[in-house]
Order: sequence, then structure tokens, then C-alpha cells
Amino acid sequence: MARLDIENLVKRYGDFHAVRDVSLSIADGEFLVLLGPSGCGKTTTLRMVAGFIEPTAGRVLLGGQNVTLLPPWKRNAGMVFQSYALFPHLTVAQNVAFGLEMRKIPRADIDKRVEEVLALVRLGGYGGRLPRQLSGGQQQRVALARALAIRPDVLLLDEPLSNLDAKLRQEVRVEIRELQRQLGLTTVMVTHDQEEALTMADRLVVMNEGLVHQVGSQRDLYERPADRFVAGFVGRSTFLEGKIDTPGRFTTQGGLVLKCVGGTTGPAVLSLRPERVEIAPVSQEGGPLAGLDNQLQGTVEFVSYLGSLIDIHVRLSPADRLVVQIANREGGFAPDVGQSVHAGWPASAGQVFKA
Amino acid sequence: MIAVIRRRAGRWALNGAAGVALAYILLPLIFVVWLAFFRQEIPSFPPEGYSLRWFAAILDQRKFVDGFSLSFRIGVLATAIGLALGVPAALCLVRYNFTLRGPLANLLLLPVVVPGVVLGTAMYVFQVEVENGLDVDVLGTFYALVAGHVVIVIPWVVRLVTASLAGVDRAIEEAAQNLGANAWVTFWRITLPSIRPGIVAGALFGFVTSFGNLEMSLFLVGPGRTTLPIVILQYLEWKIDPTIAAVSVIQILLIGGAMLVTDRYVKLARVV
Repeated sequence: MARLDIENLVKRYGDFHAVRDVSLSIADGEFLVLLGPSGCGKTTTLRMVAGFIEPTAGRVLLGGQNVTLLPPWKRNAGMVFQSYALFPHLTVAQNVAFGLEMRKIPRADIDKRVEEVLALVRLGGYGGRLPRQLSGGQQQRVALARALAIRPDVLLLDEPLSNLDAKLRQEVRVEIRELQRQLGLTTVMVTHDQEEALTMADRLVVMNEGLVHQVGSQRDLYERPADRFVAGFVGRSTFLEGKIDTPGRFTTQGGLVLKCVGGTTGPAVLSLRPERVEIAPVSQEGGPLAGLDNQLQGTVEFVSYLGSLIDIHVRLSPADRLVVQIANREGGFAPDVGQSVHAGWPASAGQVFKA
Repeated sequence: MIAVIRRRAGRWALNGAAGVALAYILLPLIFVVWLAFFRQEIPSFPPEGYSLRWFAAILDQRKFVDGFSLSFRIGVLATAIGLALGVPAALCLVRYNFTLRGPLANLLLLPVVVPGVVLGTAMYVFQVEVENGLDVDVLGTFYALVAGHVVIVIPWVVRLVTASLAGVDRAIEEAAQNLGANAWVTFWRITLPSIRPGIVAGALFGFVTSFGNLEMSLFLVGPGRTTLPIVILQYLEWKIDPTIAAVSVIQILLIGGAMLVTDRYVKLARVV
């Protein structure tokens, strides 16, 4: 295993900038996740690391060695493809042995290593089967075993779980993560599934339109999103458009005056996490919302019942609507559509971004 | 109730139409096979009796044996060359987007559409020109015949390999390269085996087309170098005894056998 450094990587296709200027350092043994919507450049970045795409500019360093211009077969990177890309005409054991044969390892050592790696992914005894005789989950594990067999300097995972059903996906997440820790694999994973990203990563990179918007831990991204895109992409947020009058004072388009933290004078957007807003019936004078910096009256427009949680959309003014998420507790307050309610939150719950 | 009757009637109509079409294709074949076993020389119904003498008669006539041998050798060589040219061509057409890709794809499939006589005339004129230009023997040589047959093998190879390639996940080639295989090793160990059904089917159909070709070959054969279909044609100009039927039976058996054997390894229905 080795560290991986990406320096000012750029990929242009004519006028289209797939990747604008990406620099990342992945420590030895770290699990880094590239997260973003489709077309954000995350897969292009991964493929440049694997050597399938030649960068327009920038460098890729694997274990300190510049591999930017090396063909894929001369880089020691193991990749797991979204479609698994198992060789359909070779057995499971032959698939796993392929990379070792390319490295001219003696036959006896290859057989031993294949057996070890298959055992590692709990597929001992499946060596003689053909890929099409395996389930999706098993195929996925063969793909992983094949990438691990070559003892790669870095493990690259391209949406490895997107073809599995939801239940299996949760199990495999944990399996891959445990294996990665156990073997100390330097890993880069690409995904558009934020839940997957949050559960697996040591560190996350949020990308959009070819640019890195934020690099940080799960908590960093959720509690201190760098910009409006991250606030909307990682978790959910309600955005209230408006402007900062003076630092600490935000006026919405609908004319509501709200307390916030900081901000520079000018057009801005206030972002609120739905679960950080509290809600109470109007009749409750000086009730549980007392003491919150912002208290507003509104009308419930929409309620969606999610089982353990309830989403409530509250109209605060003709131009401002807020989403509030509350836990579904026995005897808890659950308003109906059309009901007047109070919504409130502390100034520190809001994030202000320049518009 | 009416719906059920309607559906049944529909199925009967479909099966009936399919049966008529099948009979239309198979009846001549059945008659040829039947005829091959007639005892009398002049084909007439009902047969006077049955015998295997016409099969024995084939071996007595050198021109049938020579014609078969020549057609076989041309077919094998033309198929081999057709594969060597057609497989890379199909790869290019499927994998790369370049100007004139569409026209080139059509050009490679054209020889099956152009009438054999037109193709033969064109080939004849071309070979005469080459012969005059280079001052070497071209027309009527074995290799000139093979060259002509390569042209009619290529469309089959290109079409069937193209169809086969469409079902191959491109990522498996990347996976091979990721595991340390260079472009050449990737082609031999991964790409080629995964399009094997298309290659086998293309080779089979190419060979059959070459083996049975009459019109184009008529223009290209030379003295003492006659392919089997031409031998059959020439024989029919003088005689109509069941020898020809016997030759046809052997041809049908060979080609049918080749298809059955192929089908055991590659499901032909999947690629054709």
C-alpha cells in the first residue's frame, strides 16, 4: 500500500471541463470517498488515477512515483468496476489469477494466493464456477478478490455497490470497510450515494461540475458545509433566499427578519437543517420555543409521514417555506395540514452563504 | 370466449403460414435427397427402385473429387484471410467513432447485396487490369480465386463479429489492463475469447458462402481449376442423371454437420 497524491488534475474534452483543478492527498491506509452527482467529474478523476484517461494537465503520484503518463498495466492499482467486469469465459479462480499471471508469478504461488484471497471474501470453494453461475453479491466479491490479489498500491472502487439490492448493499458496505481496515488498504471510492459515502469513508470529497467543493469528515460536511451546494447535497437543507442587512441580521425575500451568525452584507441564502427546527402549536404561549432566537408563525402546507420521522412543510410568508423534520414520538405533537404552528430555531442552527 | 377463439385462430394462422414457408424451403431438398437414391438414370416418378450406385459414381469421376477439393481449399483459405481482415475491421467499427464509419460499415457488407454476376464481372476486369499492369499471371490462378472469395467472406465475419461485440462489456478490457495486461495480451486473452461465438459463426457462414459460390467463381476459374458448383453446372449441361443429386446430398450433409457441431459450442441462434 502507498499514499496517493493528485496534483492540479485537469481533464478537458474540447470546451467541456470534466475535471477543472483537483488536488487531493490520500494517506497510506486511508479510505477516501469522492461524492457528487452524476457528471461531477468524480469518475473521470478515478479513471485518470487508474490510467484509462490521460489528464489534460496535472500529475498523479502513487507512492511518490509520478505515474501520470504510465499506461494502466504499468500502475499497481486494483480497480473494482461498477459492472464488476468479470471475464465471462474464465472461472472465478482464473479471474482472480489473471493479474498474478501477468506478473509472472510461479504457478504454485498463484494457486495459493488465489485460494487465500477467495477465502478472504468468503468465496472459498467457488473457484471452479463461472461468473454467470454466481449471484450479484458473489460476483461483486470476486471482483474485489481479483483486485486485492495483485496486492495493489491503491484500491479504486467505482460505484461498487450500485448494482446490488438495498439490503445486500448495507452488508457489503460493512464487509468492504472491515477488509479495508484489516489490510490497511489505501482506497478511493466513487459514489453518488451519500449514505454509502458517509458510512464508509474516513474522509469525503464533495465534487460538482469538475470542482472540489469541500474535503472533510462526515461531521465537517454536515455541520459546516462550505457552500450552498454541499449543504444541499449532503443531508437536506431548506434554503431561504434574501440578504444580510448587517452581520447577524438576515431578511428573507418575503420580508421576515431573522437572527443568524455572521455573514457579510449583501444578497445571501440562509440554510437550515430540517431536524434543527422546532415546531409547536400556536396556542402554547411562551411554551417550548421560548428562548429560541427565531420564532415565527406559519401554516402547515404539507405533511409526509416517513415512519420514524415526519416531514412538515410550513409556509412562513408568501415567499418563504420551511421544511421541519420531527421524530415520531408517542404523544408528540403532530400537526395537520392547514393548522397554524410556531417554528423556531437558534441563530447558530442556520448557515449563511453568499448568494 | 370470443377472445379465446380469436387467439386460437391467430395461432393457427401463424403456424399455418410458418408451415407453408418451411415446406417451400424444405421440399426441393427432400426431393433432391430422394432422387439421389433412385435406381434409374432418367429421373421419373415413381422410382423403379433404389440403389447407392450414384454415390459410387461420384468417386469414379475425378472432376467431382477435384472440384470438391479445390472448393474446400479455397473456402478454408478465404475464411482464414477473411477472419484476419474482418475481425479487426469489426473491432474498429464498433469501438471507434471516425468519419466515414457508417459508409465504411455499409461498404464491408455490400458484397452480400451486390449480385454475384456483377461482383464477378468487376473482379474479372480488375484482375485483367492488374495482370496487364504488373505483367504477372493473375486471372485463373488459385490465389486470384481465393482473393475473390475473401471479398464474399468478409461481410459475414464483419456482421456476426459486430453483433457479438455489441454484447461484450467494454470494462472487461479495462479490467484486464488494470490487472497488468498490455493491449496485445488483452486482445488475445480477453477480447478474442469473448467474441468467439461471433467469430465461429462468421467463419462457418463465410465458408459455406465461399463453398457454394457459383456466379462470381465462373468469372475467375482457369483451365483445369474448377470449383465444385461449376463442375455441377457443367455436368448438368450434358446429363441429368442422379449423380448431381448424390453430390448435393453429400454437400447438404457436410454443411448441416458443420452447423450442428458448431451449434454445440456456440448457439448459432444467438448470433445470427
